Amino acid sequence: MSLGIPQLSLVIWVPILAGVAVLFTGSDRNAALARWLALLGALAGFLVAIPLYTGFDTLNPGMQFTEMHPWIETFNINYHLGVDGLSVLFILLTSFTTVLVVLAGWRVIEKKVAQYMAAFLIMSGVMNGVFASLDAILFYVFWEAMLIPMFIAIGVWGGPNRVYAAVKFFLYTLLGSLLMLVAFIYLYHVSGGSFEILDYQKMPIPMVPQVLIFLAFFTAFAVKVPMWPVHTWLPDAHVEAPTGGSVVLAAIMLKLGAYGFLRFSLPIVPDASHMLSGFMITLSLIAVVYIGLVALVQGDMKKLIAYSSISHMGFVTLGIFLFNAYGMEGALVQMLSHGFVSGALFLCVGVMYDRVHSRQIADYGGVANRMPMFAAFFMLFAMANSGLPGTSGFVGEFMVVMGAIKSNFWYAFFAATTLVFGAAYTLWMYKRVVFGKVANQHVEQLSDIGLREFVILALLAVAVLAMGIYPLPFTEVMHASVNGLLNHVAQSKLY
Amino acid sequence: MSFTLPDLVPVLPEIFLLVMASAILILDLFLTDENRFISYALTQITLLGCAWITLAGSDGQVIHTFGGMFVRDPMADVLKVMVYIAVSVQLVYSRQYIRPRGMYRGEFFVLALFAMLGMMIMISAANFLILYLGLELLSLSLYALVAMQRDSASAVEAAMKYFILGALASGMLLYGLSLLYGATGSLDIGTVAAAIHQGVGDHIVLAMGLVFVVAGLGFKLGLVPFHMWVPDVYQGAPTAVTLFIGSAPKIAGFALVMRLLVEGLQGTVHDWQGMLVIMAVLSIAIGNITAIAQTNIKRMLAFSSISHMGFLALGFASGTLNGYSSAMFYVLVYVLMSLGSFGMIMLLSRQGFEAENLEDFRGLNQRSPWYAFMMLLLMFSMAGIPPTVGFYAKLAVLQAALQAGLLWLVVAAVLLSVVGAFYYLRVVKLMYFDAPKDTAPIVADSDAWVMMSANGLAILALGILPQPLMALCVYSLQSIQHSL
Repeated sequence: MSLGIPQLSLVIWVPILAGVAVLFTGSDRNAALARWLALLGALAGFLVAIPLYTGFDTLNPGMQFTEMHPWIETFNINYHLGVDGLSVLFILLTSFTTVLVVLAGWRVIEKKVAQYMAAFLIMSGVMNGVFASLDAILFYVFWEAMLIPMFIAIGVWGGPNRVYAAVKFFLYTLLGSLLMLVAFIYLYHVSGGSFEILDYQKMPIPMVPQVLIFLAFFTAFAVKVPMWPVHTWLPDAHVEAPTGGSVVLAAIMLKLGAYGFLRFSLPIVPDASHMLSGFMITLSLIAVVYIGLVALVQGDMKKLIAYSSISHMGFVTLGIFLFNAYGMEGALVQMLSHGFVSGALFLCVGVMYDRVHSRQIADYGGVANRMPMFAAFFMLFAMANSGLPGTSGFVGEFMVVMGAIKSNFWYAFFAATTLVFGAAYTLWMYKRVVFGKVANQHVEQLSDIGLREFVILALLAVAVLAMGIYPLPFTEVMHASVNGLLNHVAQSKLY
Repeated sequence: MSFTLPDLVPVLPEIFLLVMASAILILDLFLTDENRFISYALTQITLLGCAWITLAGSDGQVIHTFGGMFVRDPMADVLKVMVYIAVSVQLVYSRQYIRPRGMYRGEFFVLALFAMLGMMIMISAANFLILYLGLELLSLSLYALVAMQRDSASAVEAAMKYFILGALASGMLLYGLSLLYGATGSLDIGTVAAAIHQGVGDHIVLAMGLVFVVAGLGFKLGLVPFHMWVPDVYQGAPTAVTLFIGSAPKIAGFALVMRLLVEGLQGTVHDWQGMLVIMAVLSIAIGNITAIAQTNIKRMLAFSSISHMGFLALGFASGTLNGYSSAMFYVLVYVLMSLGSFGMIMLLSRQGFEAENLEDFRGLNQRSPWYAFMMLLLMFSMAGIPPTVGFYAKLAVLQAALQAGLLWLVVAAVLLSVVGAFYYLRVVKLMYFDAPKDTAPIVADSDAWVMMSANGLAILALGILPQPLMALCVYSLQSIQHSL
């Protein structure tokens, strides 16, 4: 077990300090040093995260690895960390993804290497902080601090329209989060001066404030997820961000929104969550169906995957607001799976973009002829994205559909359309890009993936397949906490 | 007729400052331009001496002297030390800037010291007239400082505007104070508070006086609708002077509001609360929205200062001790940020070139990653994004306002700070995302470099550990608790 080592602090601060160290390597003359240092930092970050999984007590629905130190006594704010089955896997996912992001940017990023690597390392630590915080203000600090490196990453290393995308990303998320801050301050006063999330979860709250708090949380988390109709920042941010940025956005940042619903909305304002679940489910289904159709007509691969992400995240929010074990565990599995699959798809697009410098589907065709190994990996991830049994994509979607059937046939009906649309847009894109005759000069000159790219994609492929074939190691971790949350949500907090 | 000497111990910092300022004024007459550094060094030594005297005498007691006209309490001690620090930092930033601009003269330092004396008197005033005298000493020194660059038309115009509007504001304040005198029969802050508490005096006269006092305060702090002088003066004045106006006097402004509205007029809190609420929300709105349209960074920061003063007013508007200590935290943090951002403008300026347009920050990350990073911290702190200290300042004020039941005001302030985030982000965007237009190397003296680094890192360090400064604010205001 913990042996008194502050493990959660380690997963937060090791990457951040590594990032600061990388920053001090300075100009691009020391680019190689910056890269190796960053890789070392990312690996160290992943290594310190592993004990969280191996030492995790799967039967305990409460918080584990807790750390508690007074931080700002004036407002009774504590440095309070802890993880449960809802959050621990995301810390692992974050630390794992960071290694891939560092590797993915190894060759491609040529200017300001140190700043690039540092931004992603710091972001990784900060995102771990979001998942591990048990104090509302600590959570908020990490939640907002995350925006700064991402803003810089999109704006400095992004595509032609990067400034617009970066500013839009920042302002959208800031607007949502500030209303959440107001809700926190309100809860602070109502609870008699506590910023403890666990205190809020136990506190009775009348209906009207519950609804207002729910809406405040909703603006913060729905923007982050993103749910229809506040999703419009995501396609812009994804398209303009460098590959690493897209991967982190898709694999982790979107999960933060869904995690917020699980950690805040449901347990703190359960009655409002029940009352507004119809509303949430409707928005989720619109995301699944409508955004799925929007994805179908995209000509830009990154945009297509971005819309596919929104559609898949619709599944996640649907599962959360079904209020049954299948739905909620399905949502969590889907979050993890989407973390691997969407990250992998963005990396695949990145691999092609690095060679051809185009993301347009129309500029490709017959890639399989020149890059057979790459095509095989891409195939696997495309299949996982469409929810093929045996891949991780299937497990989550299947569980959510099961949960939906229990609740209402039509929910399940609309949710299940994703299996058709998802397959349609993913495989159609795959067909146009990879199969057929070699389309043009650029594709003619393509060379297959090298060792570095192989390692990245192979790691992800293993994760996707492992989760698809034997999901138990993942689901058993979340089981106790999901049941605990469902029992908690079932009890009214009205008085 | 017997004459007893008042207790001079509480006034020692002021006496020392006055003596030193006069000495520097005389000494400087005998200095040539080559060894002007002596005046500068003496000024810094004076500040250090003041800090030492203030800290040595600080014992957490409330001591009145000069027949109850002057008070030394923990709040006064803390605020004075902050003023010394702000002035000292300002002088470090300014030294390199004022030299090629013909302002590196003894008058600059002496006027700064006299302005500081005015601030200290305001901070320690326990009587309306003393408060007013301190304010005028500060204002007159600032008018002269703004006009110091005589051959700059914009500086002279700014000085004129500042003087006329400042005099008008002083007049309003004085008129309000005289009405208060009429209603309560005293100029002593404690006596006025007691009279209001006992319900002495005509409420109409009192309210009338209060309106003029609040308007006067609004002028001095630069709150909407009394903000018109702020952008012009900030833009027109030499940056070194803008920095001066935008930093330490805000602390004195905080003390002014504390002494007048809280210690003197807390009994009428329901009357002035409403006025402050309106001024706060208008300031935050107009400050933030107008700042977006600016291309001159000094003018942009002027509008930003209006919105920050709106937040300060929001802290006061909550009318509780919690709100006042939040406001104090806010003003100290604001001064720290203001020092850094105007300091940065001066660092980027050089002989014959003012880095006062937003465009001049283009590509700063390529010219100097360190300065760009410092400016990034400053801008995110101004926008209130954690982990910078600006966030906790906003948090403190917002929680106090919410506690006072001003929920909709808090929501409005929060939404408007998203608008504010936009123009701070634009500076970051220019520095990081764009290529530099100006490729001249940035030459800065090592003292300015060290100061800028300390300034920027303080923003970050206080953002990670804000507790000491917050505790200091709570400590300084404990002695005014009894007047609530």
